[in-house]
Amino acid sequence: MKIEIKNGRLVDPRHGVDGVGTLCVGDERVVAVGAPPAGWRAERTIDATGLVVCPGLIDLSARLREPGFEYKATLESEMRAAVAGGVTSLACPPDTDPPLDEPGLVEMLKYRARSLDKAHVYPIGALTVGLQGFELTEMAELTEAGCVAFSQAEAPLTDTGVLLRAMQYAATFGHRVWLRPQDPYLAKGGVAHDGEVATRLGLAAIPPAAETIALATIFALVRLTGVHVHLCRLSTAEGVAMMRAAKAEGLPVSCDVAVHHLHLCDVDIGWFDAQCRLIPPLRSSRDRAALRAGLCDGTIDLVCSDHAPVDDDAKQLPFGEAEPGATGLELLLPLTLKWATEDGVPLAAALARITSRPAEILGSPAGHLGVGAPADVCLFDARVHWRVEPSALASQGKNTPFLGLEAPGKVRMTIVGGHVVHEG
Amino acid sequence: MRNPQLNAQGELTHLLTLEGLPAEVIVRILDTAVPFASIAERDVKKVPLLRGRSVFNLFFENSTRTRTTFEIAAKRLSADVINLNIGFSSTSKGETLLDTVDNLVAMNADMFVVRHSQSGAPHLIAAHLNRTGRLHVHVVNAGDGRHQHPTQGLLDLFTIRHYKKDFRALTVGIVGDVLHSRVARSLIHGLTTLGTPEVRAIGPKTLLPTDLQALGVQVYNDTHSGLAGCDVVVMLRLQNERMKGALLPSVGEYFKHYGLTPEKLALAKPDAIVMHPGPMNRGVEIDSAVADGERSVIFSQVTFGIAVRMAVLSILAGN
Repeated sequence: MKIEIKNGRLVDPRHGVDGVGTLCVGDERVVAVGAPPAGWRAERTIDATGLVVCPGLIDLSARLREPGFEYKATLESEMRAAVAGGVTSLACPPDTDPPLDEPGLVEMLKYRARSLDKAHVYPIGALTVGLQGFELTEMAELTEAGCVAFSQAEAPLTDTGVLLRAMQYAATFGHRVWLRPQDPYLAKGGVAHDGEVATRLGLAAIPPAAETIALATIFALVRLTGVHVHLCRLSTAEGVAMMRAAKAEGLPVSCDVAVHHLHLCDVDIGWFDAQCRLIPPLRSSRDRAALRAGLCDGTIDLVCSDHAPVDDDAKQLPFGEAEPGATGLELLLPLTLKWATEDGVPLAAALARITSRPAEILGSPAGHLGVGAPADVCLFDARVHWRVEPSALASQGKNTPFLGLEAPGKVRMTIVGGHVVHEG
Repeated sequence: MRNPQLNAQGELTHLLTLEGLPAEVIVRILDTAVPFASIAERDVKKVPLLRGRSVFNLFFENSTRTRTTFEIAAKRLSADVINLNIGFSSTSKGETLLDTVDNLVAMNADMFVVRHSQSGAPHLIAAHLNRTGRLHVHVVNAGDGRHQHPTQGLLDLFTIRHYKKDFRALTVGIVGDVLHSRVARSLIHGLTTLGTPEVRAIGPKTLLPTDLQALGVQVYNDTHSGLAGCDVVVMLRLQNERMKGALLPSVGEYFKHYGLTPEKLALAKPDAIVMHPGPMNRGVEIDSAVADGERSVIFSQVTFGIAVRMAVLSILAGN
């Protein structure tokens, strides 16, 4: 559909655009920024007065729970949640059941997602067969089927030899590797940050060294192999410092932080609040401050929702037994805006962390509003606050530590490929 | 966030942890326990305070001693006592913890005495009852994971007060596996709340949790300096399974460094008392000469434990 969006505040971080203007999108692509081309007639005109018009959000970690965990969420419910949150492209980790280690599974997922006509889905392939950490997957076949990177998700890769081979092999063909840095032995059995809170509550702890040891290993192997590694979910101040040094050294690495970790720390666990049972664990307020600073100065490239729908039964358990994870697709924008307001980050710079920068990591042509860009657009009202509660969430996962929050930023419209896929 | 074990009036409605429990609430429990301690010496050991009430001992983890003392305490208060040893079987049947609780509430349970291997399980039950408006049903934590064992902490406080009178002039040394000990966590909070100026945790680095100082504790790795000048020495049980991992090399080496012998006890004050939550591992954390010695108050602890649990159950029943 040909859509003309008028009077909105156009914010396009990649092109340094931030001002009131007109955006014209066609069936697939952005047609014009400013006045429509001669002879082009819109089929629908939208008055976006008071709204921000920005590229559709790109989320580098959203678990859709298919295949295998349909009782937690379905592709239908989570794709609805994505567009309700303004997310037009998302990457899904391979820890489904079975894991995404075969081209057929990836093709099925892509096909199912396409047929729903909502957000674009970018599957992350399994780095090793069954995520077992022993044998490499057929990365070329998986790439052909649609995988954009390879990862172990949360499955441990204990054998450093296998990790080296996987990185060498990926480097050979230019595949990207995404890893969450965590030493499996130091993290074994742990459910909370190793600090005063875990000590008081008697929770098995994961020390920050679990992250820094893994980072040191990965950086050493990046130097050896030259493969591009994206590091997922940094959680410690020391990890941010190591990342800063690695970038200064010129290593081909990037990293992200989950949106929860920008706002919460271990103290928020309170009296065993299972909503705060997350992976990686919420760490100290000092770590949180370092993550925010790292995101401000670009050490941390982007923010992801780390969306993981969990059903109530799995959360209504003692803290250590509760399933980790929180719903996040619909909170990515509000919580990023909240961070930006609190830390005095300009809107365009904040949106870069959830649009243009993740697009670059993903190798996606979206994430900007230049002429010819995919017609993926988000319109939101930055002035409106809404209360986070189960009935306000489209995701089948209603569990989040932010229940009750008056969240800033309400998505009014989401456009994918020139089609209006959400209006609210 | 309101303390989940107190109601809006600040009265105790559940006993989940000694952390954050006001000193006056703790002192009231200790004071209430005093007359109950003397009931045990009477011919008729029963009072009718809990007549008609049902106390469910809900044990998801094995225990003989704690369950028995709770059972005796409830029976001396004339309550009906139902013992449920759930172990791990009900979860394998698919029933969740809260389903189990809801079923028992439907059987008109008035009180749950809960032991669970997971830290925070009694909090979960209490929060569930509070949220669903069943404020007349009370939860007593009888030990949750590594977190708390508040009635043990209270009976330890009762014992210390019995022998030493004033908490504000004491040095208390807690020796051993603090990392895995709910007993230590309860006692530490109780002592600091009541104004004990010096609480020491003594053990190898592998058995002391991170940032323990934040709980108001002085940390010692050396038993000799740690025990010097103590008025009270609390020995913690070392579970056999701790020997399987990389926490400790051997029983012998542990006993050599941290086991309480008459020689080490001589470093404490001459009138220092020795406590142990039981069950004791003789020759592991404590020498028989000390355990059976004149400064041991270990069996007083067991006796006082019943009185303290009677006090807790009766106070909860009144709120």
